Amino acid sequence: MLIRSASDIRPSEITDRSVYLRRREFMFGAAALGATAALPWDALAAPLAATKSPFSTDEPVTPLKDVTSYNNFYEFGTDKDDPAANAHTLTTKPWKIKVDGLVDKPADYDLDDLIKDIALEERIYRMRCVEGWSMVIPWVGVPLASVLSRVAPQGSAKYVAFETIVRPSEMPGQKGFFQPLPWPYVEGLRLDEAMHPLTILAVGLYGEKLPNQNGAPVRLVVPWKYGFKSIKSVVRISLTDKQPVTSWSRENPREYGFYSNVNPAVDHPRWSQATERRIGEGSGLFVKRRPTLLFNGYAEQVASLYTGMDLKANY
Amino acid sequence: MLAPLRQRSPLSRLLLGVDPARRALYILGMAPAVLYFYWGLTDQLGADPQNVLERALGLWALRFLIASLAITPLRQLGGPSLIRFRRALGLLAFYYAALHLTVYMLIDKGLDVPSIIADIAKRPYITIGMLAFVVLVPLAATSNTPMIRRLGARWRKLHRLAYLAAAAAALHFIMLVKVWPLEPLIYATLVAALLLFRLAYAFRPRAPRASRASRA
Repeated sequence: MLIRSASDIRPSEITDRSVYLRRREFMFGAAALGATAALPWDALAAPLAATKSPFSTDEPVTPLKDVTSYNNFYEFGTDKDDPAANAHTLTTKPWKIKVDGLVDKPADYDLDDLIKDIALEERIYRMRCVEGWSMVIPWVGVPLASVLSRVAPQGSAKYVAFETIVRPSEMPGQKGFFQPLPWPYVEGLRLDEAMHPLTILAVGLYGEKLPNQNGAPVRLVVPWKYGFKSIKSVVRISLTDKQPVTSWSRENPREYGFYSNVNPAVDHPRWSQATERRIGEGSGLFVKRRPTLLFNGYAEQVASLYTGMDLKANY
Repeated sequence: MLAPLRQRSPLSRLLLGVDPARRALYILGMAPAVLYFYWGLTDQLGADPQNVLERALGLWALRFLIASLAITPLRQLGGPSLIRFRRALGLLAFYYAALHLTVYMLIDKGLDVPSIIADIAKRPYITIGMLAFVVLVPLAATSNTPMIRRLGARWRKLHRLAYLAAAAAALHFIMLVKVWPLEPLIYATLVAALLLFRLAYAFRPRAPRASRASRA
């Protein structure tokens, strides 16, 4: 099966552009209708205006209901439905992000100031979880590169580290006797990965601001890496010259590496990564697994970042 | 003179027995499977219905296995003797394990035989899960009165394999999760407690005379 890559759908190559655009409008109209029926979160009154992007896939998007009810966000509990049940308690306004390390403009930025005047884009990306399932999600966000340029990384900066908020009073998974991970949740990218045009900071999905369970008010989205790299509810961005020790690689270094690029040829030690189950596809129980693509189908855009690198050793 | 048993079809007798309480246990015991399949077919299992169904069936297999292993310690600790339900509990565990395996092979893997074989050979948690199931097969096959009669003393020895099945099933559960959530650890603790109790009971301090008699 051939998945069309983003460069295949350059506007110039689309024979009937108006139909193409209308199709998407129709899809979003239907989606917004679904949102109104199913999810009474407060952002409904304030849709986000976002421009379309050539990086978007034209695969069918995963239903909003599934995107917002099937989440890994251990700060709210380890079950898939815990975040949807518990995340409403998180206060997302005001939201400060500490930018520090090897930057010329370190500060505690208000989120609104950090992304002010950067055009919001809609990016419809595949999302592949390390557990073997996937979704297609219409994010709304800004290129991380635009934000990083604003804080002026120094020449010595090689990596970017991210941290999720620690607020046990509002995040039930962060309190109590039994905690799955040490907090804060930490993720990281190489600077060139962070500056790659596919990498975004998302503030919305399905044309609305992010639901809390999806990482409100701001999260990273790196579509060619396993989902856990796309850290949620970010409160700190640090530029460093050393590879950050990320949460999952610290928890289990044999199973989760720093890179965690989607790769069907490199199995998780306990399960195969060759195939995935696309959530919401097919009819209920009977969903045929589909082959997983190298770099989650974004090889054409990102493979050059890893030229000459042993992807098995640098998993 | 004994009253004749009520007539039941041979299949019904074989599957459910004749004791009304046991029949009720079989029927109640299969209720979760019926519900989960119904929910699955009517799209009520959330975003990833395969996974929910597969895990629920596995979990019920483990629950019934634990229940069947709890019968003897319960009696030895002075509780009621529920021995007449033990076979039903063990068989329910087997039925759920078989459904769990069927869903894995048919729905999850789409009967991709090479991939299933590779899974069993390469993935320790699947190898161990498969071991638990394989061990349950002879136990289920000999969980009927004619086989108990025929095997005699060997039957008890054979059915100690249930300890291995329970340990393997609990391990299978722990090995498939990413972190250390409470649930698999609780089940593993229950299995460990039931097995350790048997060990402790076998080596319990006894008066010398009684020891010899009860060992027979």
